[in-house]
Amino acid sequence: MTLFIEQCLNGLQFGLLLFLLAAGLTLVFGIMDLVNLAHGSLYMLGAYFAATFAAWTGSFVLGAVLAIAGTLVVGMVVEVIAMRRLYGRDHLDHVLGTFGLILFFDELVRLVWGPGGKSLAVPSWLAHSIQILPGIQYPAYRLAIIVVTLAVAAFLYVLVMRTRIGMLIRAGASNREMVGALGVNIKLLYTLIFGLGAALAGLAGLIQAPILTVQIGMGENILILAFVITVIGGIGSIRGAFVAALLVGFIDTLGRSFFPELLVNLLGRQAGATAAPALSSMLIYILMAAVLVVKPQGLFPAGSR
Amino acid sequence: MRPSINLRSLVIAALVLGLTLLPVYVALSGDRFMLTLFTRIVIMAMAAVSLNLILGYAGMMSFGHAAYLGIGGYTTAILCFEGVTSGFVQWPAALATSALFALIVGALSLRTRGVYFIMITLAFAQMAYYMASGAARYGGDDGLSLDTRSQFAGLVKLNDKATFYYVCLILLFGSIALIWRLTNSRFGMVLQGVRSNEARMRAIGFPTFRYKLAAFVIAGTMCGLAGALIANHTDFVSPSMMFWTRSGDLIVMVVLGGMGTLFGPVFGALALLFLEQFLPAVISTAVRPFDAADAAKAGEYWQIVLGPLLLVIVLFARGGIDGLLSSLSNLVQRGKQGNG
Repeated sequence: MTLFIEQCLNGLQFGLLLFLLAAGLTLVFGIMDLVNLAHGSLYMLGAYFAATFAAWTGSFVLGAVLAIAGTLVVGMVVEVIAMRRLYGRDHLDHVLGTFGLILFFDELVRLVWGPGGKSLAVPSWLAHSIQILPGIQYPAYRLAIIVVTLAVAAFLYVLVMRTRIGMLIRAGASNREMVGALGVNIKLLYTLIFGLGAALAGLAGLIQAPILTVQIGMGENILILAFVITVIGGIGSIRGAFVAALLVGFIDTLGRSFFPELLVNLLGRQAGATAAPALSSMLIYILMAAVLVVKPQGLFPAGSR
Repeated sequence: MRPSINLRSLVIAALVLGLTLLPVYVALSGDRFMLTLFTRIVIMAMAAVSLNLILGYAGMMSFGHAAYLGIGGYTTAILCFEGVTSGFVQWPAALATSALFALIVGALSLRTRGVYFIMITLAFAQMAYYMASGAARYGGDDGLSLDTRSQFAGLVKLNDKATFYYVCLILLFGSIALIWRLTNSRFGMVLQGVRSNEARMRAIGFPTFRYKLAAFVIAGTMCGLAGALIANHTDFVSPSMMFWTRSGDLIVMVVLGGMGTLFGPVFGALALLFLEQFLPAVISTAVRPFDAADAAKAGEYWQIVLGPLLLVIVLFARGGIDGLLSSLSNLVQRGKQGNG
C-alpha cells in the first residue's frame, strides 16, 4: 500500500513534468502548425544551463531562473533564424529541418560541455523527506516538483484563457490571417509563443536534472513521450495535453512497477518475467495506438477546445 | 521530341556503372574499406528506395521505417541464434515478418492522416524498439551477434566481401526495377493520384485505403529484406537500429536525394553516408590553417555542420540532388539551343 501511494505520487509528478514539455509542443503546433522535433533539445539545454549556472552562482534557485531565461532566449533566437522560415511549409519539411536542429544542438552541447554527463545536486533545503501520511515518507524535492508544475499549469491556464495575450494566442490558432489583418504583430507573437514553449521545455529539463544525469540525447526519449501526449490529447489542445500527460505519467510509472507482477500472476513465472520488461515500456504506445484507432483526432480534438 | 541524352541520365548511368565496377577498383587498389562502406551504402539505399515508394510517390509520411530494418535483421539473427542458418529459410522469414508487421501497422495507422499518421508510425516503431530491448534471451539492449552469415547451400558464399556486395547490388537494382514497374502501372498511378488529392481519387471510385495499405506493405517488406542484408553485413543486430533517429536518417536520405524519383534515394544514401564518412576529415582540413593543434578533434563535431546543412536543403533545395541534376541539365539544354 505504501508503495502504491508512493508510485501514484511518482506518476503524478512525472505526468506533470511531461505536461510542461507537451504544453510547449502543443502550443507551437496548434498556433504555428509546426512540428518541432527540436523541442527535446531545448529540454536538454535547460538541464545543461541549470547545471552550469547553479555551479556558477552557487544557488539552485538563481541557476534555475537563469536557465529558464537562457532557454527562452535560445528559443526566440532559433525561431527568428530558422523556425520562422518553416511556417506554412509541409510537415515533412518541419520534421527534416528540426531533425537537423537536433543534430546541431547535440553536437553543440558536446562541443561546449564535453561528451561526459553533468550532474546537479538537489538543493540542500529540499534534500530530505517529508511525512505526507502517517508512515509514508516522500522526498521533498519531488513534492516541490508537483507544486511548481501545478503552479505553472495554473499560470498557463490563466495566461491563455484570461489575458489579452492569451486571447491573441487563441485567435491566432483559429485564424492567423485575420489576426494579422486586424493589426496584431503576428511575427512578434509567434516569436514570443515559441520562446514560451522553449522556456517550459527548459524548466522541465532543469527540474529533471537532479533526478537523472544531464547528458547528450536526454531529450530524444522524452520528446517522443511528449509527442505521444500531444497526439493522445489532440494536437493543439492544452487541456487535452494536461489530461493525456497525467494519463501517460500514471500508466508509465504504475505500469513499470506493478505490471510485471501482474503478468507473472497471469502468465506464470517464466512467460511473465520474459514478457514484462518489453511490455511495460510498450504500454504507452499501445495506449496511443488504441486511442488513435478509436478517435483518430485524439481525445480532445483542437476544434472543441 | 526525341528523348535526348541529358546530364541527369548521364550521371545516373555513371552511378550505375560506378557501383557495378566498384569491386574491380577495390581489387586493383586494395582499398578493402571502400567495399565495406559501399556495401552499407547499397543496403541503406535499398531501405531508402522502399521508403520512397510510400513517402515520395504516395505522400505517406511514415516516421517509423527503421523498424522494418530491425525486424528483418532480428528475424535473421534470431533464426541464426536458434540454429537455422539457411538463407533459404532466413530471408523469406524476414520478408514474411516485416510484411506482417507492415500489414498490422498500416491497417491501424492509415485510419489517421497528417501529423497523427507521422506520430502513430513512430509509436509503432518505438514499440518494436522496446520489444527488442526487452528480449533478454536475444541480448536485450546489448544486441545479438550472428555466428555465421546466411548459408545458401554453398551456391552463394556471403562471407566473400565482393560476392556479398554483388548480392546487395543486384537486390538494390531489383528493388529499383520493381518500383519503376509499380509506379508506371495503374497501381502506381492511383498512388500518385492519392498523393495529389485523395478525396478526389475516392470520389471517382478508387478504394484508396486498400491501395495505400498495399503500398505500405510492399515498402515494409522491401525494407525487411534490407534489414536481413544489414544483419549479414555487420554480423550484429541491436535495438538501436530501430531508434527513431534512424527512421529520421532514412527520411533524410529520401528527401536529400529527391522524393518521388527513381534514383533519388540512391543519391541520398550515397550523399548522407559519404558526409558521415568524410565530413570529419574535411572539417579537420578546413580548421588546420587556423588551429593546427585542435584540427583532428574538430572533425569529430561534423554533425554541427550536417544539421544546419539539412535545414538549408529543406529551405532552399526542395527537389534534392535529383532535382538539382534536372535543373542543371535543363540549363545545359537551353544553353545548347541558344547557341544553335
